Amino acid sequence: MEKEVYLDNSATTKCFSEAAELMNRIYLTDYGNPSSMHHKGVVAENYIRGAKQTFADILKCSPRNIYFTSCGTESDNLALIGAARANRRAGKHLITTKIEHPAILETMKFLQSEGYEVTYLDVDEYGRVDPGAVYDAVRDDTILVSVMHTNNEIGALEPVAQIGEAVKRKNPGTLFHVDAVQGFGKALIHPKKMQIDLLSASGHKIHSPKGVGLLYIGDGVKIRNIIYGGGQQNGMRSGTENVAGIAAMALSAKKLYDQLDEDRERLYSLKQFFIDEVTKLDGVHVNGLQGTDSAPHVISLSFEGVRAEVLLHALEEKGIYVSAGSACASNHPHISDTLLAIHTKEKLLDSTLRFSTSVLTTKEELQYTADTLQELIPFLRRYTRQ
Amino acid sequence: MRYHAFLIKYAEIGIKGKNRYLFEEKLCDQIKLALKRCEGKFRVARTSGRVFVYCDEEYDYDEVVGSLKLVFGIVGICPVRIMDVVPPVELKNAAAEFFGEEYPDRHLSFKIHTRRLVKNYPIDSMECNAELGEAVLTAYPETHVDVHHPEVMLYVEIRERIYLYSHIIPGPGGLPIGSSGKAMLLLSGGIDSPVAGWMVAKRGMKLDATYFNAPPYTSERALQKVIDLASIVSRYTGPIYLHNINFTEIQLYIYEKCPHDELTIIMRRYMMRIAETIAKRTACEALITGESIGQVASQTTRSLAVTNEVCTLPVFRPLIAFDKEDIITISKKIGTFDTSILPYEDCCTIFVAKHPVTKPTAEVIRRHEQNLNEKIDEMVQRALDTDEILVVDRGHVRRLKAREDMLQEGQ
Repeated sequence: MEKEVYLDNSATTKCFSEAAELMNRIYLTDYGNPSSMHHKGVVAENYIRGAKQTFADILKCSPRNIYFTSCGTESDNLALIGAARANRRAGKHLITTKIEHPAILETMKFLQSEGYEVTYLDVDEYGRVDPGAVYDAVRDDTILVSVMHTNNEIGALEPVAQIGEAVKRKNPGTLFHVDAVQGFGKALIHPKKMQIDLLSASGHKIHSPKGVGLLYIGDGVKIRNIIYGGGQQNGMRSGTENVAGIAAMALSAKKLYDQLDEDRERLYSLKQFFIDEVTKLDGVHVNGLQGTDSAPHVISLSFEGVRAEVLLHALEEKGIYVSAGSACASNHPHISDTLLAIHTKEKLLDSTLRFSTSVLTTKEELQYTADTLQELIPFLRRYTRQ
Repeated sequence: MRYHAFLIKYAEIGIKGKNRYLFEEKLCDQIKLALKRCEGKFRVARTSGRVFVYCDEEYDYDEVVGSLKLVFGIVGICPVRIMDVVPPVELKNAAAEFFGEEYPDRHLSFKIHTRRLVKNYPIDSMECNAELGEAVLTAYPETHVDVHHPEVMLYVEIRERIYLYSHIIPGPGGLPIGSSGKAMLLLSGGIDSPVAGWMVAKRGMKLDATYFNAPPYTSERALQKVIDLASIVSRYTGPIYLHNINFTEIQLYIYEKCPHDELTIIMRRYMMRIAETIAKRTACEALITGESIGQVASQTTRSLAVTNEVCTLPVFRPLIAFDKEDIITISKKIGTFDTSILPYEDCCTIFVAKHPVTKPTAEVIRRHEQNLNEKIDEMVQRALDTDEILVVDRGHVRRLKAREDMLQEGQ
């Protein structure tokens, strides 16, 4: 296949070449264990020290607030289970939304089986949670509220700052966790200002490798480790640190945040351009809000009379990679929780594709994708199950 | 070493007259092949109407028995203890000891069965039965003898050495692979076709397979699922040459030109035609499908007749009179079920009509196929040219670059 247009960046991203080169150096030269007492250990530890500082600068916090994990899912698990266990005496109630990633929803289900009570909040037709509803749901015994920063399927932006304010106004003791796996690297997030106590991010969504994630833990936040072992990272997350992954994630994050404003502007204009081009076709619906009220990189479109899976494979034949539903959630075609929560019309549930861009996406690629859709959609609509 | 050999029991091979040695040779070949993957050194020998696997080194019992249980043609696997020829007094002790080891719980009835192939042994078979029976009874008073309906048997064979065995582990039965030629299986991702292939292979046929994919309507993962199924079946059959055919163009053409309620049946006729072409090209002597009477519209008696008429090779349908539940039972037994139920669309279901014909007549179908005259021949040729051959052998997949490669490999 000559042409490749990768528009599944919400599933995973291509590594920045600088990040890959850095990992190569760490694997081949600076491969020490950060816990070793000798020089090689110190060199490795310095990569981690440097990475923590980088993230501290981005999140406007202290390096001591930064913990590294193996992925976004682990960060979410540590945040939720760790907080639930450490604060059991304060209460057994948690709050989240219906459109969270399975890393949150399944962990909440597990906590329910452990005797915790969980409230799942509705969202509006654009996938947004009402901070007022959060305020109403928080009780004296609520130990944690978890809301995602950016929805992975339709790119809805949650009002995290207002939610943080609402949570703390109702119950200053309640912890606020934000799953920022889709938002980190795409938007400025300042936990202290937004009253966020815990924040998850993932490396492979920001042009670094799979196998590394991050959890911000605010000062004074009570949380218990869920992994036991050699006591690395203050005992919060035992296990030898993924030095190469951590260093690469920091490098990629720095690169993204150094040029965040220009990139955001460019991604928003690409998004608008693509939507304008594709909606020239009849029967194409945009899910969620548009413009700066939505994520810059996620475009959810429903195509009337076309099965999403078929269109996905037809695009694939033209070298274009997209996703139906939430690709990183499951290999199985399933009805998306998010699309159900925003009350997508039934006939469109199975006709929805997600196009997700990155800083590496070009206008030419989107033009080619739009042209290909113009050609494929009428063809596919001719052949339908009767 | 607890057992020094395995006696291999086979049933039908024994009655095949002058061809018997051919079947036995195939069986020995298949056993050797199966043991190649096992740790240890083994010899497979045919002696006076028996096949023995001799274990010359330490081996993993579970691994060896597990491998032998997959070899078609084997009815029973008996773990054997071999000892030097000793006088009756010593044999009595040895037999009792062996019995004790084989049955930790000895509240059971038994019978001794002796075969004396070396006629100079001091006592004859009948005497031996009595002496050894008494020895077991004395050693384990909780046992008792029942010569008519014993719960367990202790077999003693006096040859150049003495062989003791009691347990018979059931094998899959059937005939050894390769003793009945080769057939082409129409393999979909469903529950039935892998079972059908397995059943025919059990009758000694080597398998090739044809899979029809229809991108973009079917995905690469659907193909992977079919590869996984072939891989499971290949544990029993050995390497399967899987022909992957692109069927999209033909399917869309039929959709455009023929009545929708006949779509499936016409599609299946073309699948049979294509599979038969490949079958003939690769020296297959029959086609295999997983069809079962009345299971779906395209499998009514009338539909089967209409599909059948496009083939000249015999079409084997081993599941023809099976209920779905029975098919599922076999698919669970052979290990394909969990893979078969993975939710990937296969190309039979993409455009299926709400009410497909259940009583088609050949004349009408033939007449409607005329609508395809303009382009269908070149499309069939193009489909045949897409043939991508995957050699699937227990989790290992090799892609053949061109058909020529395959022909050179002696297909």
